[in-house]
Amino acid sequence: MIKVSNSKDPLLSRPFSFFRESPEGIQFLFEIRGKGTLMMKGFEIGEIINLLGPLGKGYPALKENKIPLLISGGIGIASIYSLAEEFGKKSILFYGAKSSESLLMIDELKGLVNELIIGTDDGSVGKKGTVVDVLNDFLMQTNAKACDYTIYGCGPKPMLKAISEVAFEKKMEGYVSVEENMACGVGACLACAIKVKRPPFNSPLTKGGYRGVNEERGRITNSEPIYKLVCRDGPVFPLEEIVW
Amino acid sequence: MDLTVNIGHLKLKNPVMTASGTFGYGEEYSEFVDLNRLGAVIVKGISLKPMEGNPPPRICETPCGMLNAIGLQNVGLKRFLKEKLPYLKKYNTGIIVNILGNSIQEYIKLSKALDDAGVDGIELNVSCPNVKKGGIIFGTDKKTLARLVSKVRNSVKSAILITKLPPNVSSIQEFSKIAEESGSNAISLINTIPAIAIDIETGRPRLANVIGGLSGPAIKPIAIRIVWESYNAVKIPIIGIGGIMNAADAIEFMFAGASAVAIGTANFVNPMSTIEVIEGIEEYLKRKKIEDIKEIIGGLDATKSNNYSHNRLWL
Repeated sequence: MIKVSNSKDPLLSRPFSFFRESPEGIQFLFEIRGKGTLMMKGFEIGEIINLLGPLGKGYPALKENKIPLLISGGIGIASIYSLAEEFGKKSILFYGAKSSESLLMIDELKGLVNELIIGTDDGSVGKKGTVVDVLNDFLMQTNAKACDYTIYGCGPKPMLKAISEVAFEKKMEGYVSVEENMACGVGACLACAIKVKRPPFNSPLTKGGYRGVNEERGRITNSEPIYKLVCRDGPVFPLEEIVW
Repeated sequence: MDLTVNIGHLKLKNPVMTASGTFGYGEEYSEFVDLNRLGAVIVKGISLKPMEGNPPPRICETPCGMLNAIGLQNVGLKRFLKEKLPYLKKYNTGIIVNILGNSIQEYIKLSKALDDAGVDGIELNVSCPNVKKGGIIFGTDKKTLARLVSKVRNSVKSAILITKLPPNVSSIQEFSKIAEESGSNAISLINTIPAIAIDIETGRPRLANVIGGLSGPAIKPIAIRIVWESYNAVKIPIIGIGGIMNAADAIEFMFAGASAVAIGTANFVNPMSTIEVIEGIEEYLKRKKIEDIKEIIGGLDATKSNNYSHNRLWL
């Protein structure tokens, strides 16, 4: 949580994901969206800012013999970048953006990952289409089995939802970092609710598929979704857990 | 220097508490705040059964404030008694539990169970604007309020009983008197103010619940006025709440008549707010050479307006 100013307007801190470490310290990558980020643009070198963190749970470690598919949409690269650093040449990065101008850190990323596949809405770089389109193309052509991959994704909600549909269909494991309005970042304000399946839930990764199968067998399950908190329980959640 | 204040028969080591719904169950902030230093913790509203709350978005920021429509998400009485209360009891601080129900019976069950469990205070939430079947129906009808408070009064033996009134009633003085006459030991004022924010690009409300409660510095002058009006109508202590960000704000509430204050939205902005308010109050008393904080309660001299040189300080 970064406090953008000491005045009372804007009042609340803004949640950001950690971008990367540098010799000078930790870095954040952000897009100017509203008055908070506009004020952050005005931060000066050497200025002391107020920051509360690290908070919440990050991406889980990669299991053995799995290939990481990093999927980033827009400014989601701020969260995916450090995974590209960590997984390096093992990883394949799918990066979607509006146009060539909104692609960030491209040269660095090329050097980090095994393969960088770009999709832009206007086709100015890479393939014309969304990051989900390029992901689908890749999965059609690849020789590896879908279950050899683990998805790590960050981007706008519609993109994450589309990824979860692909993952469900192909029975792929995956984790995504989600956003929600939040005030405190520590689980007190209860603002950043996200709808998730009530445990224990079946997943396409275990046997039998989703809950419907259980109901066919006549077992009564309480399928009412519940809320978890993005700040404390997330921001990273298993794809199979989220109710979109 | 004496920082202690009395809320009914409950003596607090200092007048600074945490407002319900802004401090979780205490545990959430224990990394940042030594709970032992607080006058009391008022925990998130508890209902008989757990509540899941409203769909997101549940909050949005507005100028110098925020709107929330959390929808009273809480773990329910059973889990509170089993998991949350034992944790809080490890600390040397007052424990006040905010409760809400759909019927007088539910309020009675809750307050009885909590009183038996040894909490220091019970705060009746009759003013949450964010749920259809919530406390607000009890807080906006005089007869219902009187019946609720007096019924709960009979079932509470050792804890103090606080009524948290809504700010948007016809006459805050009348409702305050009803709370007093029905047996409340204290009144909490104010709860959030019902409000709406609209996204003009989409024409849609910024909150899924459409209406939310406005809190933060934006509502402070309204809260001060309401506390002062209530103070002039009743003899029981008032807990002042509404946009307190620092010690100066807290002291202002006490001048208006609050015997204690609760810090709400400021906890989100700065987790250490409560401690900074306590330290700021100490500095103020020292600077003003005031021995006992109780001297400033209701100290507003409404017969005179501010003198010229002080009125220029806003410049």
